[in-house]
Amino acid sequence: MGASTLFDKIWESHVVRTEPDGTTLLYIDRQLVHEVTSPQAFEALKMAGRRPRRPAAALAVPDHNVPTTDRKLPIVDPISAKQIETLEENCREFGISLFGMNDVRQGIVHVIGPEQGFTLPGATIVCGDSHTSTHGAFGALAFGIGTSEVEHVLATQCLLQKRPKTMEIRVDGVISDRCSAKDIILAIIGTIGAAGGTGHVIEYTGSAVRALSMEGRMTVCNMSIEAGARAGMVAPDEKTIAYLKGRPLAPTGTLFEQAVLAWQQLKTDSNARYDATVTLRAEEIAPQVSWGTSPGMVAGVDQKVPDPQTMPDEKTRSATERALEYMGLTANMLITDIRIDRVFIGSCTNARIEDLRVAAAFAKGRRVATTVRAMVVPGSGLVKQQAEAEGLDHLLREAGFEWREAGCSMCLAMNADVLKPGERCASTSNRNFEGRQGAGGRTHLVSPAMAVAAAIEGHFVDIRHWG
Amino acid sequence: MQAFTTHTGIVALLDRVNVDTDQIIPKQFLKTIKRTGLREGLFFDWRRKPDGSPDPEFFLNQPRYQAATILLTRDNFGCGSSREHAPWALLDQGFRCVIAPSFADIFYNNCFQNGILPVVLKADEVLRLMKSVTGTVGYQLTVDLGDQTVTAPDGVTYRFEVDPFRKDCLYRGLDSIGLTLQHEAAISAYEQRRKRETPWLYGDLRRRTGETTR
Repeated sequence: MGASTLFDKIWESHVVRTEPDGTTLLYIDRQLVHEVTSPQAFEALKMAGRRPRRPAAALAVPDHNVPTTDRKLPIVDPISAKQIETLEENCREFGISLFGMNDVRQGIVHVIGPEQGFTLPGATIVCGDSHTSTHGAFGALAFGIGTSEVEHVLATQCLLQKRPKTMEIRVDGVISDRCSAKDIILAIIGTIGAAGGTGHVIEYTGSAVRALSMEGRMTVCNMSIEAGARAGMVAPDEKTIAYLKGRPLAPTGTLFEQAVLAWQQLKTDSNARYDATVTLRAEEIAPQVSWGTSPGMVAGVDQKVPDPQTMPDEKTRSATERALEYMGLTANMLITDIRIDRVFIGSCTNARIEDLRVAAAFAKGRRVATTVRAMVVPGSGLVKQQAEAEGLDHLLREAGFEWREAGCSMCLAMNADVLKPGERCASTSNRNFEGRQGAGGRTHLVSPAMAVAAAIEGHFVDIRHWG
Repeated sequence: MQAFTTHTGIVALLDRVNVDTDQIIPKQFLKTIKRTGLREGLFFDWRRKPDGSPDPEFFLNQPRYQAATILLTRDNFGCGSSREHAPWALLDQGFRCVIAPSFADIFYNNCFQNGILPVVLKADEVLRLMKSVTGTVGYQLTVDLGDQTVTAPDGVTYRFEVDPFRKDCLYRGLDSIGLTLQHEAAISAYEQRRKRETPWLYGDLRRRTGETTR
C-alpha cells in the first residue's frame, strides 16, 4: 500500500470484508442514538427477533424533540412525549446507555459525544442524523445514516458502504479578527456549492484550520453535509489530545497513552493524493450571511443580495428568483440592510461553550433591539452549567436574550420553538431551507458574533467594524 | 422490502433543484414512531398556499399526476437531513422510482433500503424527459433495473449506472441485515483482532455512564 490519506487509513482499518464490486462491510465502533430516527429501527429489530450486537458501543439522548423550557414540567405535546418515552423504553429493553431529559449531561447528540469523550480519533461513528459529520473534527470517520442503517448497525455493528472519494479543502492564512469557523465553512459551501462534496469525504487542512480550537473544527466539520459531503474530518493533533484527556468516556491511564500513540499516526501522508482539492485564503473570508434557501446561497456581509438577471444559466436564475421571493428580499440590496425579527443562538453547529463565550462578550453591556426577540439555547446541560458558572447567562439575559434548556430547538423547530410565517431570523444553525425553522419562516445563517450584533442593531452589520 | 425488477408508471414532474428532505417531509411528521401513514406529510408546505388551502399549481395537486409512480426532478434531490421519513413518504404516496441528474448521498442510500430505485440520468436527458412529461398527460416510462434502462414511449432508451451489489439486493428484495449476519464469523474475527490493536474502543461504556440528575 502506498501513501494514504487520513480517510484511507481509517477506512482500511475498518474493513471487515469487501464484495466483488467494492461494496464494503465496514465496522462501526460507535453509534449515537436519538429519539427521532431510532423508534422504527428498534421496532424492526424486535419484529425480526434480533438483539443489538454491542449495546455497550451506543449512547442515546433525546434532543430534537425536547422542550427548552422548564424540564420539571411534563411535555405538552403528547406525540413528542410518546417519542421520548419510546427512546427510554428501547434503551432500557436493549441495555443502551441513555442521558435522559433530566440528566445534566443531556444535550444535542453532536455536542455530548465530544463532550463526554465518546468521540475518539480513528473511530467510525454513525448516528441517524446528517450532522454526525461534526465528530470528524477529532479525526474520526463519522457520518449520518438513515433509520434502516441505524437498525443495521444495532444488529450487526457493521454497515454496507461504497467507498467514497476524498476531497481536500485547504484553508491557509490567518482569518480576519472577529471572523470564525462558521464564516470559514459558509464560505467553503458558497465556493463549492450545496452538492460540491457529494460522494466525497472532506479533509480540512491548512494553517487556518490548524489554528481553530476543537469547537471551531466541530463547527466546520458539522456543515460538511451542507456541502453534500458524507463526512468531514480534521487530523488529530495536540489540541485534540488535550481536549479529550480526562473526559468521562475517554480512555484513561496507560490505555490513554497507548491510544495517543496510535492517534499521532492519523494523518495524511505527505505524498498521498486526494480525488479533488479546493483551496481558500483565510484573509479573503468576510463574515458570511446566507441570503437564500440553500446553504450555498451565501455572501460576505459587505456584499449585495445577488441579482438573478446576472446568473449564467436558467437553472441558477430560476432557483435564485424563487429563493429571493421566499426570503422577501430584493436583488442588489445591501446585506446590511436586511432587518431581522428573531435571533437564534444554538444548534450542533454553534452551541458549545466557546460560542456562548463569544456571544456573551459581544452582548455585554448592550441591549437587544426592541423589534427583535433573541434566544440562546446551550448545546448541552453541561455547556449550560459551565456558561452559568462563568456568568455568561447573566450577561446575555441582561442584554435581553432568553436563556433556555439544552436541545436542538429552533434549528429544526420540531419542539415549540418555531418561527411564525414571514418572520426573519439570524440563526447560528446550519440550514436555511424553506420552512426549516417554521413554515414560512426565513433563516439567515451566521456566526454567533454576527447573530448577536444583528440582535442588537436589528439588522445585519459587519462585525469587523462594529462596536 | 419489496423487490424492484421492472416498473412502468406515470411520471410526475417536480422542476426544482436542491429539493431537501425538510420539504419532502417537514419536521412535524417526524414525531411518529411508525414508518407508515406519512403520505399526508409529503411536500406538506408546498402543497398548500399560505392560507392553508391546496395550491392547484403544485404537481401533487394536479389530477394528471394523481396516479404517478415515477418522480422526475432536478439536481441534488433529497439533500439535507438524513430522515428516512422522506423515502417512506414517497413510497406511501406510491412512488417507486425517482429520476434526477444527481441525488444527495444519504437519500440515495435510503431509497435502496425501501424498495425505491433512484435513477441518475444525464442533465440533458432529464430535460428532454421533462419536456415530454409537460407535453403529454399520462406520460409513462418503463424502468428496467435488470437492464439498467429507462425506456420512453417513443422507444428511446436511456441507460443508467447502479452498483452491482445494491442492484442485486433491490432486484431480489433482500434483507441486507440478514446478508450481513451471514458474515458473523468475519465480524467476530475482526473484533478479536481490533480488541488487541485498539483496546480503548472496546471498553463497556455503560460502566461509566451512570445516571446524573440536573
